[in-house]
Amino acid sequence: MAEITAGAGGGPEQKREETVAEVKDVRLVYHEKSGETPAVAGVSFTVRKGEFISLVGPSGCGKTSILSMLAGIVEPGSGEVRILGKKPDPRADLTGYMLQRDHLLDWRTIEDNVLLGLEVKHRLTAETRAYADELIGLCGLSDFKRHYPRQLSGGMRQKAALARTLAFSPELLLLDEPFSALDYQTRLLLAGEVHSIIKNGGYTAVLVTHDISEAIAMSNRILVFTKRPARLKKEIAIDLRGADGREASPIERRSMPRFNDYFDLVWSELEGGLGDGSEE
Amino acid sequence: MEAKNKRQKSKARQVSAEQRAYLKKLARRDRLIAAVRLAILAGFLLLWEVAARTGLVNDFIFSSPSRVAAATARLYQSGELFHHIGVTMLETVLGFTLGTLFGTLAAAAMWWSPTLCRVFDPYMVVLNAVPKIALGPILIVWVGSGIRAIVVMALLVSTVVTVMTVLTGFSEISGEKQLLMRTLGAAKGQIFIKVVLPASVPTLIGALKLSVGMSWVGVIVGEYLVSRAGLGYLIVYGGQVFKLDLVMASIAVLSVLAAVMYYAVSAAEKRLLAKRGER
Repeated sequence: MAEITAGAGGGPEQKREETVAEVKDVRLVYHEKSGETPAVAGVSFTVRKGEFISLVGPSGCGKTSILSMLAGIVEPGSGEVRILGKKPDPRADLTGYMLQRDHLLDWRTIEDNVLLGLEVKHRLTAETRAYADELIGLCGLSDFKRHYPRQLSGGMRQKAALARTLAFSPELLLLDEPFSALDYQTRLLLAGEVHSIIKNGGYTAVLVTHDISEAIAMSNRILVFTKRPARLKKEIAIDLRGADGREASPIERRSMPRFNDYFDLVWSELEGGLGDGSEE
Repeated sequence: MEAKNKRQKSKARQVSAEQRAYLKKLARRDRLIAAVRLAILAGFLLLWEVAARTGLVNDFIFSSPSRVAAATARLYQSGELFHHIGVTMLETVLGFTLGTLFGTLAAAAMWWSPTLCRVFDPYMVVLNAVPKIALGPILIVWVGSGIRAIVVMALLVSTVVTVMTVLTGFSEISGEKQLLMRTLGAAKGQIFIKVVLPASVPTLIGALKLSVGMSWVGVIVGEYLVSRAGLGYLIVYGGQVFKLDLVMASIAVLSVLAAVMYYAVSAAEKRLLAKRGER
């Protein structure tokens, strides 16, 4: 599967790239005793290798449901989800999921927490251990390997969670509001660090967030969804580059004049979505 | 946190006179509490002894500390004391270890299958509500009148409580932690072994503590019903032959044993949690 990147205004490299994830006309309905709730209504999109995509939409609109389907922990009611052409399966190393809270296990050291995924998948070898160790270093946690989670700050804990997610080299990173439990300053700094780790590692990522600035600061493309049940409303390519022509970092992006234009664009789409909702 | 506390403590040792005065105050209060505790015990024994000697109370019915001590000494000299203690201890330890083991296994099964849990829920409620002593006669007929009946009684009393406590503990483990494990591709067994069980260690110890208490109840009740040895047997026997010194002596020994066992479990709890770096 290959596809032409549709960059806005001669944006990203116009070259054929490998499709990592493919979502085709996916629908999902949650069933409960009290009734059924449609969560996702016919959503299609693709994620290409190396891309950073954000899913933005009103809270409770079903963005997390889309991530869960990509991770293979929820089956779509109809439609198809494919990761590298395969059906998502959490037992395979296709996706790494990062949650809002770090959920590090209190009784394990940071190192043992990072190794958790490899351990569960029975893939602990000298090689994978060395890679995990490298990741711990990348996340700036080398001095805290033998520490317990409670000895670390919120930002450090979330970085340990990132290392845990990356340790088994997933093809696709799924980030479910990973910064929203942190204070504002930590959040900005961490978004920058995580962005550079993901970009330098050549990872492909899908981020769910309700923070428009965060989405613009981090992604190549933003998918705006309507309120529940989620439908794809608008796809916005983000092209913010530094003077040298390479992709700008989240911190740099925030000070660019075009940042605000993107913000207004996403905001108006979201507002429209909310308006549609209240009329229903 | 721990590291921080240590740092603060070592800093205080070097500097601030204020902090030193504060620590001194804390130590003084600890000593006061210990002193009052001892005074209450001593005062109670003294009052009891004096009341018995002056004839304020009938020492044949109420006994007295010195008579209790003499009775205990007699038991010790005849070599019976440790025999009875041994029997009761064995029954109690068997009761709470097996009770905790079976209770935890049952709770694990019910955590594993919510359907199973719902099926057995009413049975658990009834088993918990029925006073287990009511089953005594049936137990004697079924398993005989020896140590076995008593252990089964202790097991009955302690298992039900353990199942309830441990199952509540298991189901309180955050669903998001389990979700995280699922995203890592963990099977249900791995979720249990790597998250639910280790996260429940404090609950398990709490259940063990409860189980120890329940096991004592089961054992003494069992010994009341059927036995030829044990502290419960001594108490019943003493009551029947109107040797209240013997009854009081047995109760005193029982109290000491129960307290020692409780503190031993607490100490084990502290060490275990400290090892896990939680306190």
